[in-house]
Amino acid sequence: MAGGSSSSSSSFSTAPAPSLVDSLFQRSLDDLIKALRSQPAGAEPSLLSRAVAEIRREIRSPDPDTKAVALQKLTYLSSLHGLDASWAAFHALELLPSPSPLHKRLAYVAASLSFHPSTTDVLPLSTHQLRKDLSPSSPPPFSSLALHLLSLSASPDLALHLAPDLLPLLSPRSSPSSPLRPKAAAAALRTLSVCPDVAPLLFKPLVDCLSSPDLRVVSAAVGAFAELASSGDPTPYLPLAPEFYRVLAESGSNWILIKLLKIFTRLAPLEPRLAARLVDPLCDLLRRSSAQSLVFECVRTVFSGLPDHDRAVRLAVDKVREFLASADDPNLRYLGLRALSMLGPRHSWAVEESREAVIRSLADPDPNIRREALHLIMVMVFDSNVVEISVLLVNYAMKSDPIFANELLDAVLTTCRRNVYELIVDFDWYVSLLGEMARNPHCTRGEEIERQIVDIGLRVRDARPELVRVARGLLIDPALLGNPFLCRILSAAAWVSGEYVEFSRNPLELVEALLQPRTSLLPPLVRAVYIQAVFKVLAFCFSTYIDQLEISQLSSLGNSTTGGASSIVESNTAAAASCIADGIAGMESTDGIATVGPLSENDEVEVHGRARNLLGLIHMLREILTWKTEEQGFIKDNRIGEIVNLLQSMFSEELGPVSVNAQNRVPVPEGLVLEENLADLAWTLTEDDTAPSMSISFSLRSHQHGKTKDAAASSVRSASLLAEHRKRHGLYYLPTEKDETESNDYPRANDPLLPASQGDVPEDLVKLTKQSLIPRKVKHTKPRPVVIKLDEGDGVSTFPSTTVKESKDDLLSGAIHDALLGEGKPSSSQKRYSDKSSRGRVKDIADTGESVSQSKENLESGNREHRSSGSKSKHRGHGKERHRSPQKNEEKEEKNHRNSARSSHHHERHKHRPRGEALLNVAPRAPVIQHFLL
Amino acid sequence: MIHFVILLSRQGKVRLTKWYSPYSQKERTKVIRELSGLILTRGPKLCNFVEWKGYKVVYRRYASLYFCMCIDADDNELEILEIIHHFVEILDRYFGSVCELDLIFNFHKAYYILDEILIAGEFQEPSKKTVARLIAAQDSLVETAQEQASSISNMIGQATK
Repeated sequence: MAGGSSSSSSSFSTAPAPSLVDSLFQRSLDDLIKALRSQPAGAEPSLLSRAVAEIRREIRSPDPDTKAVALQKLTYLSSLHGLDASWAAFHALELLPSPSPLHKRLAYVAASLSFHPSTTDVLPLSTHQLRKDLSPSSPPPFSSLALHLLSLSASPDLALHLAPDLLPLLSPRSSPSSPLRPKAAAAALRTLSVCPDVAPLLFKPLVDCLSSPDLRVVSAAVGAFAELASSGDPTPYLPLAPEFYRVLAESGSNWILIKLLKIFTRLAPLEPRLAARLVDPLCDLLRRSSAQSLVFECVRTVFSGLPDHDRAVRLAVDKVREFLASADDPNLRYLGLRALSMLGPRHSWAVEESREAVIRSLADPDPNIRREALHLIMVMVFDSNVVEISVLLVNYAMKSDPIFANELLDAVLTTCRRNVYELIVDFDWYVSLLGEMARNPHCTRGEEIERQIVDIGLRVRDARPELVRVARGLLIDPALLGNPFLCRILSAAAWVSGEYVEFSRNPLELVEALLQPRTSLLPPLVRAVYIQAVFKVLAFCFSTYIDQLEISQLSSLGNSTTGGASSIVESNTAAAASCIADGIAGMESTDGIATVGPLSENDEVEVHGRARNLLGLIHMLREILTWKTEEQGFIKDNRIGEIVNLLQSMFSEELGPVSVNAQNRVPVPEGLVLEENLADLAWTLTEDDTAPSMSISFSLRSHQHGKTKDAAASSVRSASLLAEHRKRHGLYYLPTEKDETESNDYPRANDPLLPASQGDVPEDLVKLTKQSLIPRKVKHTKPRPVVIKLDEGDGVSTFPSTTVKESKDDLLSGAIHDALLGEGKPSSSQKRYSDKSSRGRVKDIADTGESVSQSKENLESGNREHRSSGSKSKHRGHGKERHRSPQKNEEKEEKNHRNSARSSHHHERHKHRPRGEALLNVAPRAPVIQHFLL
Repeated sequence: MIHFVILLSRQGKVRLTKWYSPYSQKERTKVIRELSGLILTRGPKLCNFVEWKGYKVVYRRYASLYFCMCIDADDNELEILEIIHHFVEILDRYFGSVCELDLIFNFHKAYYILDEILIAGEFQEPSKKTVARLIAAQDSLVETAQEQASSISNMIGQATK
């Protein structure tokens, strides 16, 4: 190999082959590290690139020492400075066969860093060397290195080819207390998980490791099974439960126990008898163990594996309360909260018991603990307590730091939105809560609140009056306009008050709020919405005014003999309408023209167009004002009335929510070519990326010069306008003695709380909720309003599924099923054949019926023996018996397996499926195993 | 399983990385950057766990070094803390009150020690003594081999002159 490399290096004309001089004056790793440490700041990149150039030259040296040092330097640079080392994979490979332990070690470390199972193309070249180093004749340190490399960078092919070489290392005979056996078990785990096809070969030796006298071997095997069971379908490991149970009873090592419990967490839900047997040992461990890691694992197992066993749950909950109460260990508090969130809603009493601790955790100094507490609380939300919890959280968001405040708001928003607001009964309350959220100074969730405001407006008819009221509150407050995060909410508020203006008590006030001076701070698109809302409000006002006029005219024309009462009503409405008209006249003369006028020359087309629309409407409507004086004007010029009514009827058509599937129902027009792949469009996107979309300006005119003057003038004007606006609405936030000219720097509506007042937050919090988190029946005074739903599962998010991994797991569990002779339930990969095998199983069931009582006896005696310690012989006997029948078949299988591996291992799985089915009939004992110890 | 082990200095310098799940070099750099942002900013007296992309990162600070290990969501965090402590104790025993400089200049040794404690992302050796013994055996093996090699190369070198 060295020869090959030197000849290849000589073909590079640019880089001469490294000479003896290079080897003599090669920088060692220490030199490199010192150089890196002593270099001035900023010089690192050049130094690194020089070092890599050096390494590239040296690494081709025929001298193994030079090569090894180069490789060592590269390893250092790649693992600590993030330089790419994948190009050197071949050079690492060259050094693997070196007889020198030093070089070998360096080469293996370099290989394990630079090899990547899917991208390293020279990986197959290492097969031979790995096999050689794995062989029992090579020194154990070499085998250990090879095992490490195999476990880190095994590709399916490599795993398939080297799996047989793991067998001697896994077997107990070759080396009774060799340090290699646990390593081999770990490597076998990785081999299994990248290549399920090797299961028939490796599974049984791995199971045998469980009964080794060497604790490290047991630990490695248990670890491997824990990994296998938790990464895929745990069903195939159920037959091993008795074996695991035995280890649980015998082993005293916490390392092993934790892994075992992890397995039982997965297995217990599958087999109720196993769960019942686990209660005692688990309670014992919970009571006795002083290791918190083990106690926590027990708690986890109880909560997620045996939630039906009250005794164990009770004990575990007590432990969790101890965790939560540990003031000096944030780790335990965090884990306590996590543990509680594993319990389902069925055990909400457990959360209720530690309610105080959970709520107190919302104010924990650690953001992770706060987040966990929040998560836990949100799981406990039901329609009966959603009001209390949401109010609590929204209030608390006012006091907490910005990041967490938004997390709180997020939690409330997403929980309440869930499944088209299924939790919300009182929409008036929820809408006002949305308004409150908008007033939180830290709120950056404008988009979501905007979405919900509009969505509720569309879906819930009964909520509209309250929605308009809340929107009014948001719109008239000039302080909110300055906050860029809120403009989306304001846009929604403006839309709502325009769309549902009929619920507004004072439309005039709305118009004023929508045209207030500080709206100039809004982004153009929101301003456009504002102006459009003004348009709708005006159209509404005038159409009602004209209606009133019509009625009053008709009544006055028709007769004067009708009762006094009705005429009073009419005159009242007429007065109201004229009031509106007066107001509009006033508005038009002051604010309206003043604000909208300049907008008609705005650069932004949307704003420009809409302002023009609005001005047009106002000009047309001016006529109406003259009607009051001329009695006949109305009749003369009914045209305007018609136009206004037309406009109004246009807006009064109700908008509804749009189904998610609406697009699907639209037929694709003929001749329209829909591109599957939009990758071609990438270049347009990348071009646009530089300029944010907000600043697209279709500049109509360019007044670059004189613009600053304009701005200054308008700022003075708007300052005075703002003062007037505030005066009229009595909105004074600042002491009046402050200089009026500074009023443009309006304070933010809600200044963050002073840190001084944050001290007693937890107590406040706890006081805030004296209510229970447990769902209880409440009588709703109001019936829940109708919420329009279009699609089933509307708003339910779909979780991205890890299909690739799943399929692989299925393969693995299927393979292990085969390895265990396919007893028990058929795994998903076997389902295709289950109809055949079920016929075979009918017989089995009859057999099992007889053997249950028998096996129970066995179990008892077996257990006694374990406890009295010493003689494991009987149990071993069982173990052997159990595996004897598979063994024969496995040998057969192995042969077959090797043959097929040579041809193509992909077909192999399908090949031995039918055989597995045949084995079912041969081995009726298999299901008995399941009942063995349970 | 443990997906990777990273040692970070308080300034964000990487002192050791070991990847038990396949990550490309680009991903590795990204992971390190993200995690150092997440972990180094956390104050003292906070819990030692950080959630990260559906995984959990357990970290612990010893003097100026942060030892970080990334695990699956259903792994036992406290167990990992114990493994980290185990690793540190063994380093301490091997180097004799270990400090950051030891790891900088003997970075391969740190790898060899880690390899005796973890394999394939699984914990394998709970006995500190055994690890020390294995490492010492390997060291002596390498040393004797080196002595032999140097003497041979000396001989060859002299012969060719």
